[in-house]
Amino acid sequence: MAQAASSLTTQGFGRTRRRDRWWVTPLAIFLGLSGFVVYSTWAAFQGEHYHFGSYLSPFYSPEIFGSSPHSLFGAVPAAWPVWLPFSPALLILWAPAGFRFTCYYYRGSYYKAFWADPPACAVGEPRKGYRGENSFPLVIQNVHRYFLYLALIFLVFLSLDVWNALWFTGADGQVAFGIGVGTLVLAINVVLLGGYALGCHSMRHLMGGGKDHVGDAVFGRAGYRCVSCLNRGHMRWAWASLFWVAFSDFYVRMCSMGVIADWRIL
Amino acid sequence: MKPVTFNVWRGDADGGAFATYETEISEGMVVLDAVHRIQAESAPDLAVRWNCKAGKCGSCSAEVNGAPRLMCMTRMDDMPDGEPVRVEPMKSFPLIRDLVTDVSWNFEVKKKIRPFKPRPPDADDGTWRMSQDDVDRVQEFRKCIECYLCQDVCHVLREHQLHDGFIGPRFFVHAAALEMHPLDTEDRVEELAATQGIGYCNITKCCTAVCPEHITITDNAIIPLKERVVDDLYDPIRRLFRVFRRKRT
Repeated sequence: MAQAASSLTTQGFGRTRRRDRWWVTPLAIFLGLSGFVVYSTWAAFQGEHYHFGSYLSPFYSPEIFGSSPHSLFGAVPAAWPVWLPFSPALLILWAPAGFRFTCYYYRGSYYKAFWADPPACAVGEPRKGYRGENSFPLVIQNVHRYFLYLALIFLVFLSLDVWNALWFTGADGQVAFGIGVGTLVLAINVVLLGGYALGCHSMRHLMGGGKDHVGDAVFGRAGYRCVSCLNRGHMRWAWASLFWVAFSDFYVRMCSMGVIADWRIL
Repeated sequence: MKPVTFNVWRGDADGGAFATYETEISEGMVVLDAVHRIQAESAPDLAVRWNCKAGKCGSCSAEVNGAPRLMCMTRMDDMPDGEPVRVEPMKSFPLIRDLVTDVSWNFEVKKKIRPFKPRPPDADDGTWRMSQDDVDRVQEFRKCIECYLCQDVCHVLREHQLHDGFIGPRFFVHAAALEMHPLDTEDRVEELAATQGIGYCNITKCCTAVCPEHITITDNAIIPLKERVVDDLYDPIRRLFRVFRRKRT
């Protein structure tokens, strides 16, 4: 028997005796979320090329004020301060951003990937002190259910956008039913966002998880089972919907800029 | 049979070191078998806690190559070829000797959780009626074998040593099993927030990842409890509803 002097402790940033590539997942999450934040911020500040015909980018929906025909209340109010940059996306994006930021899945992910709290399971952390979500500021994460209510309203608007994307104005000015690639892109976006929002942990709580008798919930056992089923794949819904919402904006933007032509299927 | 090198922690609370052993491994062996062979061949004083060798008693919890595992459920053919296998005790609990830790803190914590308090029986024969869905939901939590691997991997205990204000994932599972039980009438939500530290959990899901019984600890136990805490403490609209309801009654 040979003795090798060593310490049992693995404390200290990144210290671990794990031998797998534990850093791959947090790194992928860091890159994925950073990429999304950079693209969505850029897209939100553009304020143009966010609509094409009957298509409206989900980053700009609902368009409360704006110059496109999709605007609910017309152009930007004259009272809008000149020094403040305006983009219809800036009026609304805080709500879906807040929903994702406070989402239980994303919280666990970005605490690891951005705060290294911890960097991965059984891997040492950079800080000694820890307050978790027990006190300010992270106790604010408990507001998640309110962002869920807002996200459900957004789903209604995005569904209306898909309906609008089924109607095309021809060269003769006549409006006719049709399906373009953009229609499918926007429809898939609603399905993925729906799967993500409706499978959220707060939704599960609302649909019976908060009760000792699940059957007493508004939609009964079936509702709870349905949300639980979506919730089991919450991580996959979260990533798929995140990617697709950015892609939907990209698609509409490219069509609007004339880089690609929208292909009419029907 | 092939020789494999093991680095096994030897020592107690005062200190120690990794000792290197070599032993023969045959097909189907698990890490616990190898540790027993080391005990038999070269280290009869090596302390290791074990019992069932079937992943059901939760005694042989340790860290194998840095990952919290049951030694009896960690197959040797899953270990990387040609590298020594490192076996060490759990980090979240005081070390007694070698691979054995003192997990008695967990027993004390369990005593602090309000026990099951059923409603009066539904029928004259002293029995109750429950829906299968409600039973199924808490049944998952009853699979826990109390191996404490979830407590070991939880960074709140492992890294920050907040044992005084945080009961750990194992006991959130226990609390969830009681709190969601269709017959239980006790309310544990306030204690979960105030003294049992559910707010410290930042949902890293490490507990779920290491659970040998595959209990979905974070999604099915901790987050639903966190939501119940939000109901009681952080949801202003719900609080308002409660005030009106109280006034009406």
